Amino acid sequence: MIIPRVPVQHRRLLPDRRLSGPTPWVIALLMMLTLLAAAAGVGLARSANAIGDAIAGRVTVQIVTANPVTRAEQARALRRRAAAQSFVLSARSVEPEELQATLGQWFGSAEGDDPVLKSLPLPALIDIDFVGEKHANHVRALQKLVAEEAPGARIIPHAEWLGPVARLIRSLAWVAGGLVVLMALASAAVVIMTARAALATHFPTIEMLHLIGATDRQITRLFQRRIAIDTAYGIALGTTVAAAILLLIGLQWTGVTSGLAATASLGVAGWLLLLALPLLAIALAALTARQTLLSALKKIL
Amino acid sequence: MVEFDGVGLRYGPDAEVLADISFNLQPGSFYFLTGASGAGKTSLLKLLYLAQRPSRGIVRLFGEDLVSMPRHRLPGFRRRIGVVFQDFRLIPHLSARDNIALPLRIAGVSEEDLSGPVGEMLSWIGLSERAHARPATLSGGEQQRVAIARAVIARPQLLIADEPTGNVDPEMAMRLLGLFEALNRLGTTVVVATHDIHLISRIENAQMMRLERGRLADPTGALRYPPANRA
Repeated sequence: MIIPRVPVQHRRLLPDRRLSGPTPWVIALLMMLTLLAAAAGVGLARSANAIGDAIAGRVTVQIVTANPVTRAEQARALRRRAAAQSFVLSARSVEPEELQATLGQWFGSAEGDDPVLKSLPLPALIDIDFVGEKHANHVRALQKLVAEEAPGARIIPHAEWLGPVARLIRSLAWVAGGLVVLMALASAAVVIMTARAALATHFPTIEMLHLIGATDRQITRLFQRRIAIDTAYGIALGTTVAAAILLLIGLQWTGVTSGLAATASLGVAGWLLLLALPLLAIALAALTARQTLLSALKKIL
Repeated sequence: MVEFDGVGLRYGPDAEVLADISFNLQPGSFYFLTGASGAGKTSLLKLLYLAQRPSRGIVRLFGEDLVSMPRHRLPGFRRRIGVVFQDFRLIPHLSARDNIALPLRIAGVSEEDLSGPVGEMLSWIGLSERAHARPATLSGGEQQRVAIARAVIARPQLLIADEPTGNVDPEMAMRLLGLFEALNRLGTTVVVATHDIHLISRIENAQMMRLERGRLADPTGALRYPPANRA
């Protein structure tokens, strides 16, 4: 049991005041930081996975033939033949309007109706998604196809230019995960110090209880209960503050729809993990307190 | 009841505070432990109430070897021993009543079952009116009475008292000694450490153990283990 049941009369064996004043506050701070780090880690991991899923097995064929009519014909032929291949999941031509709209953001024209932009010779692009997970053979087959239908066209694997970004995001997610582990260790250290301080403070009482026949288990349950309750207060406070911060960020995030930021969300599993963390923290605190107390009591006859 | 054979005790690397202690306490007997300050009385009592293991020798309590006994079995033995400490060791944030009730609560006696004995004990030591007073508000004598009540409430088989009458007036000292004697008649083995030579003469058939510089001086030989008259 996380917080052991102790008869009311036995609870009075410890004074009413809390074991150590700062403990709930330090635990609250650590819990808040843990949850924020965990949320960041989950968000970044999901973002990295989303990018990874998007870029894995996707290439863009860029046809730069000077003649626009020939370029369009090559693009249509290549798309049609590519779509018919067994190793291709989908082949999609990127419409010129879509390209202009994308570039228009850089030209200060959201609608892509900038005359300079319209005068630019834009390449024909075909996005191709491969089937399966191993793509080296698929790329070679596609190169052969491209050489036949659109000589001079370039094949751009998305993983080449978005891969480093995904790896960076994944690294940041690991860093966040590492922070969660470090803060869990710091929380455990706080609990150990609290348990030891409690033992030192109440040593005469503990010694007396031992001498009249109290078992280690009876004494441990008293302190474990008190420490678990102290810690639970801190965890509840830290969780409340962290939840408020995450909800606030979440509300602002709903307005972000573009680029990589749109891929960062917690998801149901992420929220469940965040909800589980405070419970795990209470369990960790109680178990840490129990082990600390038991090992300290073993040093007394 | 209690057998010591060649027992020695040292704290750390220092010289032994107790050396070659051998005796046999018979069930239902009354013993006084005397000796000058620093002779080792408190150390010997610590061995008796299981606060310390000996550095050497054999200690048997209630027929079991305590030297090699695993820790987890000690609480069961401690519940059969009542101790009156020289400094009382009352738990400061508990009332007199709760201090007295402590051994019964530790032993798992229900609140319903312990209220009667605790009330009787409070009445006997004359502190019924102060049942809810905390130790800090009690006089030295009152604290000592509470400490004695706590030691005897669970009807221990072995009662150990370290200077139990040191802080009470002569009348209360005689009443407390009367309680010890009554418990002894009911079969409790009593060991009282005291400086008070007058106290010793008050109990018929009490035997005396005298410690001198950590060794047991045995004028009669009755306390030796095995007893001298059986050797």
